[in-house]
Amino acid sequence: METNADEVTPRSRILQALEDQDTSASFLDPLESEMILNMGPQHPATHGVLRLLVKLDGETVVGCVPELGYLHRGYEKLAENCTYHEFIPHTDRLDYISPLSNNTAYSLAVEKLLGIEAPLRAQFIRTIISELARISSHLLFLGSLAMDVGALTVWMWSFREREKLYDIFENLVGARFTTSYTRIGGIAQDMTPAVVAMIEEFIAALAGKLEECEKLLNRNRIFIGRCDGVGVLTREQAIDLGVTGPTLRASGVNHDLRRTLPYLIYDQFDFDVPMFEGGDSLARYYQRMAEMKESIKIVRQALDKIPNGPIHAFKPHNVLPRKHEVYTRMEELIHDFMLINFGIDPPDGEIYSSIEAPKGELGFYIMSKKGDGHPWRFKIRSPSFVNIHALPTMLKGAMISDVVAIIGSIDPVMGEADK
Amino acid sequence: MDNQTVLERLKTRFADAFVESREFRGELTVVVPKDRIVEVCSFLKNDADLAYEFLSDLCGIDMYTPEKRFGVIYNLLSLKNRHRLRIKTFVEEENPKVQTITGIWGTANAHERETYDMFGIIFVGHPDLRRMYMPDDFEYHPLRKDFPLMGIPGSLPLPKK
Repeated sequence: METNADEVTPRSRILQALEDQDTSASFLDPLESEMILNMGPQHPATHGVLRLLVKLDGETVVGCVPELGYLHRGYEKLAENCTYHEFIPHTDRLDYISPLSNNTAYSLAVEKLLGIEAPLRAQFIRTIISELARISSHLLFLGSLAMDVGALTVWMWSFREREKLYDIFENLVGARFTTSYTRIGGIAQDMTPAVVAMIEEFIAALAGKLEECEKLLNRNRIFIGRCDGVGVLTREQAIDLGVTGPTLRASGVNHDLRRTLPYLIYDQFDFDVPMFEGGDSLARYYQRMAEMKESIKIVRQALDKIPNGPIHAFKPHNVLPRKHEVYTRMEELIHDFMLINFGIDPPDGEIYSSIEAPKGELGFYIMSKKGDGHPWRFKIRSPSFVNIHALPTMLKGAMISDVVAIIGSIDPVMGEADK
Repeated sequence: MDNQTVLERLKTRFADAFVESREFRGELTVVVPKDRIVEVCSFLKNDADLAYEFLSDLCGIDMYTPEKRFGVIYNLLSLKNRHRLRIKTFVEEENPKVQTITGIWGTANAHERETYDMFGIIFVGHPDLRRMYMPDDFEYHPLRKDFPLMGIPGSLPLPKK
């Protein structure tokens, strides 16, 4: 956005009061064919409080500046003043469409820092919930992208499926939205047979429901016309801009952290990493539909193989004891008191741990100092933050009506972009 | 490609620019002087064997010590070798300046803006060094250790009643 301080025009006092330095923009353009459109932070297609300043020539976008910070809560500063356990509920509020995979990512990061590992059953459950979170996130993407380009029915259908997922989460966790399910070294509570039956029922029906949605979209002329060839990101651009997740794979880069740097137990499962070459909004739609089908495969295999056993690592200095033990046994009471009041005390060191979250690479960089119950530095590498900054490249040359189709296709969540 | 091989290659190539390295939980961290950071990064990206073509993350850190107050941390990923590497550099408190790497990875643009906003580290040569989250007229850098958790009263003006 160019501003020209020399160009002073008399403005009425009301106009001046309305304008601040962000919204006022004047530039040298003798024909006055260019204009700046302020989109958001309150706009239904921006998925939250994303604000875009779009420079237009007629209906063509010539430039775009994303403005972030409307949901900035300072989680990194907060984390430096929380114990490691206290921060778990805050991870729900990063990508609030898939809180379960944020919980998993955070627990894995702290466990890596501590050098401990959750028991096998807990790892299986974490895998299952991460994949259910992926399905939940991609279903929201499916509904919102279709709605952004005018197909309202798909929104209703995908939300019907998400509702079943929320019922599963409610039975598994006790909360529908802000789950806080994982613990350091384990998970909050075990998965009951009733929940297993609900998940089995859900994934058995999901493929058919997805097919119904695909029937509405895959041969829909309007949908294809709005998405095909729109917001193209080439392979080189995608790597240069650091985009991750389905957005990267739809540009023809075969990079999925579940496969390239496997975590949890993903190396035990048989699944494909889908990849598309188009790099446009349509490819990103196909990509996510294909990923949901792979997630169904992973959940099914995990449910077949899940072993019995403990769901907490036996590390009394790091892992919170069970409540009934705290009430009845002295040792556990002492450990609980120490962990709640002073927190975990990891050694001096720094780690970067990341997982393939629904939107891309969700990473945590943690630096700890011995003798301090808090992280010294806690950095959240959120996929939406990076993907949003690829928008100027994708939007260049697009039409103004494509802007919503492009934002919808990268599926940003401002909770994690603004931290 | 394992940590030892990467370390050897860096040591032979940058014998004069090597400060220290540490391995923790299987992750390699290499500290380089701040005036060599662009050179080291572009070598790591363009070298055919190492091929760290993906910048996963860039962030700042406040060490809160007099000699090396701030640090910049680069988390690199090689898609070809499936290997992660962390590069670190330190800047002093009076002159927190480091060369930008936006010419090497486009994604550094956003990360460097965020680091500037949060720590006040100035990236020399950055095309658009504005604040990322905080308002433009905010005077402080909130992730510095001397910025209180509760904020500074009056630093963010509230609308008049």
